[in-house]
Amino acid sequence: MSDSPIMHRRHLDFLLYDVLNADALTRWPRFGDHSRDTFNAVLDLAHDLALDTFLPHNRKADLNEPRFEDGRVILIPEVKQALDAYVEAGFMSAMADSDQGGMQLPFLIDSAASACFSAANVSTFAYPMLAKGVANLLSAHGTPAQQRLYRDPIIAGRFYGTMCLSEPQAGSSLGDLRTRAIRQPEGHYLLEGAKMWISGGEHDLGENIIHLVLARLPDAPAGVRGISLFLVPKYHVHDDGSLGERNDVQLAGVNHKMGYRGTVNTFLKFGEQGRCIGYLVGRENEGLANMFHMMNEARIGVGLGATMLGYAGYLHSLEYARERTQGRHPDQKNPDAPPVPLIEHADIRRMLLQQKTWTEGAQALAFYGARLVDEKAHAPEEKIRQDAALLLDFLTPIIKAWPSEWCLRANEQAIQILGGYGYTREYPVEQFYRDNRLNPIHEGTNGIQAMDLLGRKAMMQGGAALTLLAQRITATLDTLRDNPRLQPLAVEMQGYLHLAGDTTATLGQALARGEIRLGLANASHYLTLIGHLCVGWMWLKQAQVASEKHPRASDTDADFLEGKILACEFFFRHELPIIRHSAALLKSLDDTTLKTTSAHL
Amino acid sequence: MKVLVPIKRVVDYNVKVRVKADQSGVDLANVKMAMNPFCEIAVEEAVRLKEKGVVTEIVVVTVGSKTAQEQLRTAMALGADRAILVETEENTQPLGVAKALKALVEKESPDLVILGKQAIDDDNNQTGQMLAALTGMPQGTFASEVNVADGKVSVTREIDGGLQTVELSLPAVVTTDLRLNEPRYASLPNIMKAKKKPLDTVSPADLGVDLTPRVKTLKVEPPAERQAGIKVASVEELVDKLKNEAKVI
Repeated sequence: MSDSPIMHRRHLDFLLYDVLNADALTRWPRFGDHSRDTFNAVLDLAHDLALDTFLPHNRKADLNEPRFEDGRVILIPEVKQALDAYVEAGFMSAMADSDQGGMQLPFLIDSAASACFSAANVSTFAYPMLAKGVANLLSAHGTPAQQRLYRDPIIAGRFYGTMCLSEPQAGSSLGDLRTRAIRQPEGHYLLEGAKMWISGGEHDLGENIIHLVLARLPDAPAGVRGISLFLVPKYHVHDDGSLGERNDVQLAGVNHKMGYRGTVNTFLKFGEQGRCIGYLVGRENEGLANMFHMMNEARIGVGLGATMLGYAGYLHSLEYARERTQGRHPDQKNPDAPPVPLIEHADIRRMLLQQKTWTEGAQALAFYGARLVDEKAHAPEEKIRQDAALLLDFLTPIIKAWPSEWCLRANEQAIQILGGYGYTREYPVEQFYRDNRLNPIHEGTNGIQAMDLLGRKAMMQGGAALTLLAQRITATLDTLRDNPRLQPLAVEMQGYLHLAGDTTATLGQALARGEIRLGLANASHYLTLIGHLCVGWMWLKQAQVASEKHPRASDTDADFLEGKILACEFFFRHELPIIRHSAALLKSLDDTTLKTTSAHL
Repeated sequence: MKVLVPIKRVVDYNVKVRVKADQSGVDLANVKMAMNPFCEIAVEEAVRLKEKGVVTEIVVVTVGSKTAQEQLRTAMALGADRAILVETEENTQPLGVAKALKALVEKESPDLVILGKQAIDDDNNQTGQMLAALTGMPQGTFASEVNVADGKVSVTREIDGGLQTVELSLPAVVTTDLRLNEPRYASLPNIMKAKKKPLDTVSPADLGVDLTPRVKTLKVEPPAERQAGIKVASVEELVDKLKNEAKVI
């Protein structure tokens, strides 16, 4: 048992090495210099750095929102100190090639490191996470010059970055964005417009900020096919890498948020003086595709961040429930009997098990997705790469949206366990909840993720992704044939898998008939159905490994492993039956939401 | 000059250990292990001496199981140049370790041996002193400041009444206390570089030492659980209880 408030190492090792077989990655050429020792060294370092430099100012950053003074943003100094330590330790370049000074770390291990930082202080960690997203995008779509001048300084930890998509009038609806870009004879573009909800839009954490901006050319087609992607530096960068004048990007205001308050969120104006220079990334009118192409890893990051906020709340409420005494067992008639710790009460254990199954299950799924990112990019066999790409495409909206919903619920239960104290600012669980409340909203709302999952991902290539998922789940079920304790759960899972297939077929037929609105009306239930199916699968995988190891385990470890099996049983008995409800509703093509008009409400 | 830094793999200080059901020891299966914090301070001090140009080579050494390679790699990621593992599955005890270190001192001829004053698992605080006695080297224990100049090392020691500074002729043994320095983090590139640094494994027999434990553990028990406190109504009651129940005044 470990005291850490951000990550229980036994659990992390179990997921990475026993369930997801991270060691096997070291057999691929890309990761050939690695071994479990280097992975462990990275995880140790991430954990210690998160605990020593990120965690201590988590509350202070929440209480001291970024200030807007004379066109500048003032952050508490601890943010820069933590990020400088993060950069100095080499985390910014952990995944970069060795010959670029990187460590060629698998995304799986990088994600496990990120999990520690997210649990310790999600709002400070948002700055490097955004910067890494920008660097990844430039690696995929930038010119060699753009990579040298803008990406390499990000990897070196000197520049930060933003993603500028939303505008005041167009957030989810990117086809309606209005920021304009005019081609100039010199080859660059002049941008003009306003961008809203831009995290990290202005600060002095690094030497420069690289904004990636979606904008429209004057002759561009309407809608999402007429959007181009531009690189707009806060300070111009000369060809020798030195910094020049300020570009025409102005901070017009900062937003005051419910949570994630250490991450400054800005309203930016581009080209108010007609001098905002931007550089095209990729080709004209292909901006949205390029932006989204690289968003997979960012969405896994959001899902993992949501998961870790839920997990941090779980660990806190678990410690509290072990120490705080309150009440007696319902069959204890003696009022002089000493009160028992909260954790003795069945209903408290229910709330702890909910938190454990949602957050540890979501972690397993997010890490599974992270491993797919590695497989897709670096597996030696083409078939594995292709399968990984297909499955990742399908799972990404689930990995983003499911933890955003269910790990937020976990935060509610953490508050509930602490009771009145949990509702006060004396304890961190209310902040976890407020921080986590952002996650169903940003990086594509959960409603949009649900429509993406049902309308596009489930239907693509004739339903190939769901078929592949079903094969993988069935492979896990096959390992449980001779396991008397888990076999009944495997049989249940088989039933849920059939339900998922039937439901998808019914919805697919409706969509094929052109009943698009009806087919997608209950998409959020579809995300719940498939999300629970995937997390149930992750629990079966964990329980299977745990039951194999259990007979040989020591006392302490036997408790840990039995805890995994019990959690799996809890999830199957208390949580998974929601699949039946969702499937029935979806299969009935319920049109209540379509029939209820504005006048009825 | 050359520095030898002996280190120990111990249970991580964050871990709450549990006593095994048969009371033979604490349960270490699948428990997070780490370098002993006092040893981290010893490694850091050696690295700082190297950065100052005083030291040219840092050799880190441990006596323990194969898994202790992990801590040797950590030490090399922090700046040690090479490592020696004296591999044994025995339960290591200070005298055996000191004998193994003596053999290594004879082989490596270091000018300085810096090690932690004690390990947080057994809390013996003996190995450094025993090594000094076995080798005849002078010792400066519980160091909070170390300065090397002109073939001598001056060591400021944390003692009960305050601070004491001693000057030792080299070669010498220094054991580190908490306030000597604040160890750095290993960086990711250095973790990778550490993989390529040399790590030699030798057996106790190679060194001609016998690591068989001399002290037998009879029984391990967890400390008594702290009892809940009570509220008293008045100062008089408090004084009465302190006098008559607790019998402390």
